[in-house]
Amino acid sequence: MVIRTDNLSFSFANQQVVKSLSLQVPAGSIYGFLGPNGAGKTTTIKMLLNLLKIQDGSIHIFDKELQGNRIEILSQIGSLIEQPAIYAHLTGKENLINRAMLLQVNTNRVDEMLKLVRLTNASDKKAGQYSLGMKQRLGIALALLGDPKLLILDEPTNGLDPNGIIEIRELMISLVKEQGKTVFISSHLLGEIERMATHVGIINNGSLLFQGNVKDLENISQPQVHIEADNTVDAANLLKRHNFIVNDINNEHLFVPFTSKQQIGEINTLLVQNGITVYGINKQHKDLEKLFLNITKSN
Amino acid sequence: MKGFLLSFWSEFYKSRKTLGFWSAIILPLFLNLLAVAVFYTKSDKFMMYQPMVLWIQFSMMSLGIMGTLLLPMFVIFIAYSVNSVEHKADTWKTLFSLPLSRWSVYGAKFFYAVFLIFLSLFLFGVFTIAFGNLLGIVKPELKFGAYHMEVQIMQVYFKLFLSSLGILAIQFLLSLLWADFLKPMGIGFIATITGVIAASKNWEYAYAFPYAHPMAAITSMIKQNKGPVRDLEIDIFTKDVFVSLGVAVVVFIAGYFIVRRKSVK
Repeated sequence: MVIRTDNLSFSFANQQVVKSLSLQVPAGSIYGFLGPNGAGKTTTIKMLLNLLKIQDGSIHIFDKELQGNRIEILSQIGSLIEQPAIYAHLTGKENLINRAMLLQVNTNRVDEMLKLVRLTNASDKKAGQYSLGMKQRLGIALALLGDPKLLILDEPTNGLDPNGIIEIRELMISLVKEQGKTVFISSHLLGEIERMATHVGIINNGSLLFQGNVKDLENISQPQVHIEADNTVDAANLLKRHNFIVNDINNEHLFVPFTSKQQIGEINTLLVQNGITVYGINKQHKDLEKLFLNITKSN
Repeated sequence: MKGFLLSFWSEFYKSRKTLGFWSAIILPLFLNLLAVAVFYTKSDKFMMYQPMVLWIQFSMMSLGIMGTLLLPMFVIFIAYSVNSVEHKADTWKTLFSLPLSRWSVYGAKFFYAVFLIFLSLFLFGVFTIAFGNLLGIVKPELKFGAYHMEVQIMQVYFKLFLSSLGILAIQFLLSLLWADFLKPMGIGFIATITGVIAASKNWEYAYAFPYAHPMAAITSMIKQNKGPVRDLEIDIFTKDVFVSLGVAVVVFIAGYFIVRRKSVK
């Protein structure tokens, strides 16, 4: 495990914001750390970076205890927490040079990083004049500068436009696939994580509700047969009379819990034989968004 | 140690385009140029002075201002400026998640502030000596060349430097803990006024109050020798200087423990 926490807890004054969190982040994974705003994501990340003192529990990173091996562990982590921390009075390039000096990284890497996040043309512009998306990209360049084995990114796509989000996603995937890095990425947007994560942890009110790989998450959500038809009400009544369970009906579509491929064929035949025009019929997984709402509501 | 040096260098790199850094150079240059302008335009008034008195008059133009209100305010400003770089950019969290010990980050920042104060006061001495000699050449009727007190001038500024370290340590810690300018500035300003009053009224315990030290340093600088005054002898290590150094060491170490225990927001 690259990150392992055991019963990690943290309170601000009387409010417990992280409750017995036991994270398991395997090497070479993109671990999506999901939760609504205020769920305790940033607090957890700050503990992982030793910015907040652990009150209860323990953290092991690269199988080493964090507190006792702080510098050794931090030298292999690149991070971006909340808003990118950038010196507004320095240019983008100077921000990177400053960090390169502190990390004792060859300054050639500065240009590479600028190219990677497409800021070469803006490298001599003051970072204070950057757009939010450019700042975020510079923040990612800063996190990647030291060629870390583990990237910890807190909401890295905040403020990025759709193209920017796609670029970051592709960058993360290629870093993991081609360079064997591990990415721990927090977000409150499921769509974003769904498309790149290999593993997911869902947190709400400080507690971990689910942890596992993305397949596990899909399996616990029951697939549905999605039916589009000209008259959904008649179709629903017909199906009910033939002992199908129907849920979620509107003018456009209706859903029936999926059991087998044969079942889809039977439904189709039944509808067509009774004069209902079927526009579409297919198997669908409940998307993460709905699943997430279900999990957080039920807790 | 390497971490400390890297952090120190980074402090310079970050601040080299800020007012905090340039004020350490511009302030001595400006005040000395002002003194030059006064002596140049009113040279007829100063030409009757003995060379030694002339040097004292010339150097006191900057020394007098620095010793009273300006040095404490400058120290307050420098302490604020090295910390505000991080407050403004919200970079404390990044700084403390780098593979550097907390001591390196904290120590380098503190000693960079010390360095800026040293640089500024060193330049005060250098500019005073250089501009005095320059005036002697441009206006030969001002007999700057007939007397030499380079050593004494540098000694006085060194004494001022030592006397400012107590204030610096206190203000540095205040500016580190508070992101806004008004709190450390307000506290510093009130303490400075108190210090000036305490030192100028010769309050017997003024030596124990850091904000009174720069002024006390000026009033205690001349060695009290018996007999007629022939040469100036500067007494650097007076009681107030020792108190200032003591306060600086204690507050600096206490600050380190506060930073180590502090959670970074």
